[in-house]
Amino acid sequence: MDLLIFQAPILIVQASLDGILIGILFALIAYGMALQWGVMNIINIAQGDLVILGGYIAYTMYLVGIHPGWGVIVSPIIMYFVGYGLYKLVINKVVDRDLFISILATFGIAIVMQQLMNFIFGADVVVAQSEYGTTMLFDNSVTLPNSKIFAAVISVIYAIALVIYMKKSKLGRAIRATAQNARAAKILGVDTEKVYAATFGINAALCGVAGALIAITLTLHPYVGLPYTVRSFMIVIVAGLGNLPAVAISGMGLGLFEEFADYILGTEFRIGAVFMLLVFILVYRRFKLSRKREYLK
Amino acid sequence: MNKLVKLFITSISAITLALVSFSSSFAKVEGDYIVLGSAISLTGKYSSNGVHTQNGYNMAVERINKMGGVNVGGKSYKFEIIYYDDESNPKRAAQLAERLIKQDGVQYMLGPYSSGLTKAIAPVTEKYKIPMVEANGASRSLFTKGYKYLFAVLSPANQYLEVAIDLAVEKNGGKPVRIAQAFEQDAFSQDVRLGILDAAKRTGSEIIIDDKLPKELNDMAATLAKVKATKPDVLVVSGHTKGALTAIRQVSEMKVDVPMLAMTHCDAAALSKQHGKKSEYALCASQWHKNLSYSDKFFGDGKKYDKDFTKEFGYAPPYQAAESSAALLVFKDAFERANSFDKNKVRDALAKTDMQTFYGNIKFGPGGQNTAKPMILFQVRCKGDDCENKVVAPTKWASDKFFYPTPKWSERS
Repeated sequence: MDLLIFQAPILIVQASLDGILIGILFALIAYGMALQWGVMNIINIAQGDLVILGGYIAYTMYLVGIHPGWGVIVSPIIMYFVGYGLYKLVINKVVDRDLFISILATFGIAIVMQQLMNFIFGADVVVAQSEYGTTMLFDNSVTLPNSKIFAAVISVIYAIALVIYMKKSKLGRAIRATAQNARAAKILGVDTEKVYAATFGINAALCGVAGALIAITLTLHPYVGLPYTVRSFMIVIVAGLGNLPAVAISGMGLGLFEEFADYILGTEFRIGAVFMLLVFILVYRRFKLSRKREYLK
Repeated sequence: MNKLVKLFITSISAITLALVSFSSSFAKVEGDYIVLGSAISLTGKYSSNGVHTQNGYNMAVERINKMGGVNVGGKSYKFEIIYYDDESNPKRAAQLAERLIKQDGVQYMLGPYSSGLTKAIAPVTEKYKIPMVEANGASRSLFTKGYKYLFAVLSPANQYLEVAIDLAVEKNGGKPVRIAQAFEQDAFSQDVRLGILDAAKRTGSEIIIDDKLPKELNDMAATLAKVKATKPDVLVVSGHTKGALTAIRQVSEMKVDVPMLAMTHCDAAALSKQHGKKSEYALCASQWHKNLSYSDKFFGDGKKYDKDFTKEFGYAPPYQAAESSAALLVFKDAFERANSFDKNKVRDALAKTDMQTFYGNIKFGPGGQNTAKPMILFQVRCKGDDCENKVVAPTKWASDKFFYPTPKWSERS
């Protein structure tokens, strides 16, 4: 049974498509993380919880009778302000401190968010119905939920829009300048405080989009944020900061890797395989860096 | 001034101490009240089922107190429960059990919600020899440790879906079937899996897919792709509410055709409400259903319980609430038969329980599990967009015929 995938080669197509589609969604979350990590040097443990909150916004829309697909527009707008508020409330006090403090602070935010979501939305697992139907390929032997295709397309659109925004707009340039050298940017008249707040807001907005997509493709629960944080952390570690194409490729790679690990090693090793990969990559990077006689910051 | 403050503090602590020692020596029965204790998940990830459990307990307490209470030694007593919130955390639950027993002097316990938390509390109640009647811990390992003071009104986890395999074999003309199964890696779901392995062995059936889903489970596309490729006769899924919701979402989206889909936790997941028609024909294991014809003098039958509970709490009772109510009936019966508040006598009376409640027959095996009540299976059936759970097995209690095989997705509207 182990090597079912080689007996039925069509499964390779199915697994690849499943992996790539879900990987694109992970990449979107990871992109937000890479952005604010690069700009503010903060590892956001609450990343996954921001995603879930975004999902609950779409779910609430679904409950009041609006199609949850619109969540991809409404949720980022609300989440931008949530992120902005979080920055003003907590994050601005830990920017420029060492990484450990930011991890503690965002871990605290994660716990508070989980409990609040539990309080407001209840501890039940929920789903929002998109009714997008299914695409069937190769005489029905490969089936792709349209909701997953929708999720991938929307993720790509947002990613491209953000890249253009970063290159062309004034704020985008200010963000990039701050990422390169915050002190120099400040001297040259960039209001770094504002840039930080906007960056955190944009990150939360991206999480909002991803959350809305997760509400219609997977399931929502107040306590399932952490796996999304871990996955995006992984993608960013592999891709490096400030390298969008690498984030996209690494996201899809992770999706593919997970799917194939499921077929070849077994479902129970799916997550384990991802962590093994993380260890391998960290060791490899360390090895490469040690040869360069530099140190890992 | 300083002296005054000191005196004040000393007297306050003296009074507190006195109160504590006073309450701990008399708390088991205070005046006309028999005090029970329970750590329950009112916050955290089990909070919805924790609240169902608490509502079930409260409803039974109120009903029993109203209908004459508990008669011991010719005198009538009332039930009272001390609750603490365990935050869905096993360590906290064990601490609270200690606190209930040592500080509050509770001598009789009601169980928490979930197998995991019951497992955390059972060693504590066992250590202090406190009888505990629990209604929400089904894991088989609870009943193989030789616990003497643990009694469960529900059927153990390995029985949840065994019936489904028997049913599949029956529909296959008595011939063995090919089973695909996916279970979450937690104590409960793995016990359900053991039950399936037993049933497969007994019927000579073959397990062709045996996936263990991660706890962070949110995507089972790979498992379902395997199911599509291998075409088993029955697909069995157990992963709490998340598993049930994910399975239906992805089975419908990926158009996986399988003659029979059997799951757990469908009613806790409000499957027919959240997924509507997509969940039709799914077969679900349940401890209880309102249409069963068991009855007792406190709640009448299941339908009456359903009506009264809905009136009181504003939602239809899931089986978690019903079994919790039944736990109180068991305690009342044991107190009256023991005719004493001695906890060892109560324990012996509990062990000899043999009664019928609206929830089902209750008789405890040597490990403390309920051996008198079978699991039931219901099937989701829809009329238009209105979906309902219909009992289809075992035959004795079935209100509707089992619809088999599940129509192909291409034929479903």
